[in-house]
Amino acid sequence: MDAVLFLIFAAIAVVCALNLVIQTHPIASALSLIGVMASLAAIYLQLGGEFIAAAQLVVYAGAIMVLFVFVIMLLNEGKERKAKRRLWVTIAGLPLLFVFVALIHFMILRVLPPSDSVKFGAFTGGNAEAIGIKLFTAYLLPFEVTSVLILIAIVGAIVLARKEVD
Amino acid sequence: MQLPPFQMIAGVPLTWYLTLSAVLFALGVAGFLFRRNIITVFMSIELMLNAVNLSFVAFSYKLKQNDGHIYSFFVMVVAAAEAAVGLAIILTVFKNRQTLEIDEVSSLKD
Repeated sequence: MDAVLFLIFAAIAVVCALNLVIQTHPIASALSLIGVMASLAAIYLQLGGEFIAAAQLVVYAGAIMVLFVFVIMLLNEGKERKAKRRLWVTIAGLPLLFVFVALIHFMILRVLPPSDSVKFGAFTGGNAEAIGIKLFTAYLLPFEVTSVLILIAIVGAIVLARKEVD
Repeated sequence: MQLPPFQMIAGVPLTWYLTLSAVLFALGVAGFLFRRNIITVFMSIELMLNAVNLSFVAFSYKLKQNDGHIYSFFVMVVAAAEAAVGLAIILTVFKNRQTLEIDEVSSLKD
């Protein structure tokens, strides 16, 4: 059952990611990215990451992608034009990508024993309580630095996007 | 990879999660390199960040510690900040040049 669920959500994620790369209109790419994020949230749940699955849906699929869709609608550029590519990019691009994936897969199989298997419910350290305790004890300083980072991002976004006032 | 049938029932091998992460990362790289629209390139970066998050969570499961979850939480926060600033930059570029083609924004190159 675990394997079936994993395969379903992994297939959705891969198909949506392929669609993101293939589509020429940015709004189609944005919707496929939302599909990838939602199926990844289900996979996080399978790995015992309850908090991170919720954060994935709320922060990524909710907030960030809404920002993307707003900007796409605001700019309204339409489809991108067909680009001229160099010959070696057309010939060697996809094979190199396959070689990249195959190398990573080979390394994973070399490093990890094949007996490691994931069972739903075997790891419960990913709930909000455990994450919160760790976040406010061991990772307190990075957490506080994050708030400064977000403040800088807010100020930067406002400065960049405001109208020039003479 | 040859798997006996009883393992299919007992659980999913951890390597499958990492391979899924690698495939998603490679697709993100492909989108980053092949697409011309700045917004699509930016979304490919988000796809790569998501793929790395999946590896963090998978290794967190293997080590039975939730540190990986906290790292992927920080990655999400950085991605949110990056999206806010990056989209503001894209708006400014579009306001100044009326284009989103990544090849036409090349004044630093020339």
